[in-house]
Amino acid sequence: MSLYYVQKFLYELNRDEDLQTRYLAERLSVLDAYDLTAEETDALVEPDIGKLFHLGVNGQILMHFAALHGIEWQDYLQRMRDGIATHGPVREGVYAVTGYEGTTAHAAQLGQTSGAEPTRDRDDGDAPLQPRRGVR
Amino acid sequence: MPLVYAGVCSHAPGIRGRADQADPVARAGLYAAFDAMGDAIRQSGAEVLIVVAAEHFANFFMNNMPSFAIGMADFYDGPIEDATWLGIDNFRAPGHKDLSLRVITEVMQTVDVAYAEEWKFDHGIAVPLSFLTPDYDLPVIPVNINCQGPPLTPLPRAWALGEALRRAADAVPEKVALVGTGGISHWPATPDSGKINEAWDRDFLDRWCRNDKAQLLAYDDTTVYADAGQGGFEIRTFISVSAAAGGAAGTVHFYTPIPIFAVGCTTASYQLR
Ligand SMILES: [Fe+2]
Repeated sequence: MSLYYVQKFLYELNRDEDLQTRYLAERLSVLDAYDLTAEETDALVEPDIGKLFHLGVNGQILMHFAALHGIEWQDYLQRMRDGIATHGPVREGVYAVTGYEGTTAHAAQLGQTSGAEPTRDRDDGDAPLQPRRGVR
Repeated sequence: MPLVYAGVCSHAPGIRGRADQADPVARAGLYAAFDAMGDAIRQSGAEVLIVVAAEHFANFFMNNMPSFAIGMADFYDGPIEDATWLGIDNFRAPGHKDLSLRVITEVMQTVDVAYAEEWKFDHGIAVPLSFLTPDYDLPVIPVNINCQGPPLTPLPRAWALGEALRRAADAVPEKVALVGTGGISHWPATPDSGKINEAWDRDFLDRWCRNDKAQLLAYDDTTVYADAGQGGFEIRTFISVSAAAGGAAGTVHFYTPIPIFAVGCTTASYQLR
């Protein structure tokens, strides 16, 4: 496991427009510079937002990676929910160490029935590869 | 000069970035409350605005995470996020390097802070500034508390930072306004985004208004996470402002849960003595 380096890559990507351009053009060669497992590399290249959340990537970093791939907000939330449903509870990181067990358990714990934001059917098509970020 | 203003507000990116998806009445109420906060800061005669923020891995990461950091630059660019995504145009906010130096020097007498001569504002500061100083005409000094990457800054240290900021503000000739920005309960950028624990928020704000130090420092991260989400860790910014207010009582001007903004949207201030 190298959650630290997955997040470090995303942190650097989020800050650096040139790195975003290079990454979208040649993902594997950019990821080569980080100490990642094959599972992590695959999840990044896909990009598999649900898997990355399951692996423990902080949403404050992950949401910008999703936006970079043109994944709109509700779809981003749904992909994380799907990731937990598919892969199980978050393995590591802030959500794991503080007992994150998924939306249903969490809502029940608070005496609520569900998350407050509506869920939408997600588009299962491939995410667009063009960056949508503007000039910083 | 004695501190001229102390208040707190929300900073969620959706407040600007997903504005079109919110209930129009709730949004208008929040925006009016932000505008009123900006008016109050201007009417205080403030010559500089210290913003205590909880930035989200924009400048500070786990390779070298400071418990506290204070900016010491002549300007700060933002937003670090995509401008379209955040709904805030790219800007350059003025800093005040000389005053930063004096504030940091005084704060360091009691609290170990990192300082930063470059700092790109993320939504944690950009959203409040877009309302409070929309023309970016008031110099800003950013302050950060680690509310994101555990181990987090302990609450009593956030209190100590607030006391140190008050001491520093009172010691300089400039009129200083202080704003803390953060969520109360919220689960931003997670599958639970939009969930808000209003009862918990109102209890926290009651403690904040009474400026009850013991009650404000009684929280622990495990229960905060369970009841108020990882966004609840940002109460550190509100608590630092409580300490800076020196026992003054506070008033909540606006509180409304707005799920698409993923937080109970808040503005509040202390009646400084
Ligand atoms: Fe935040």
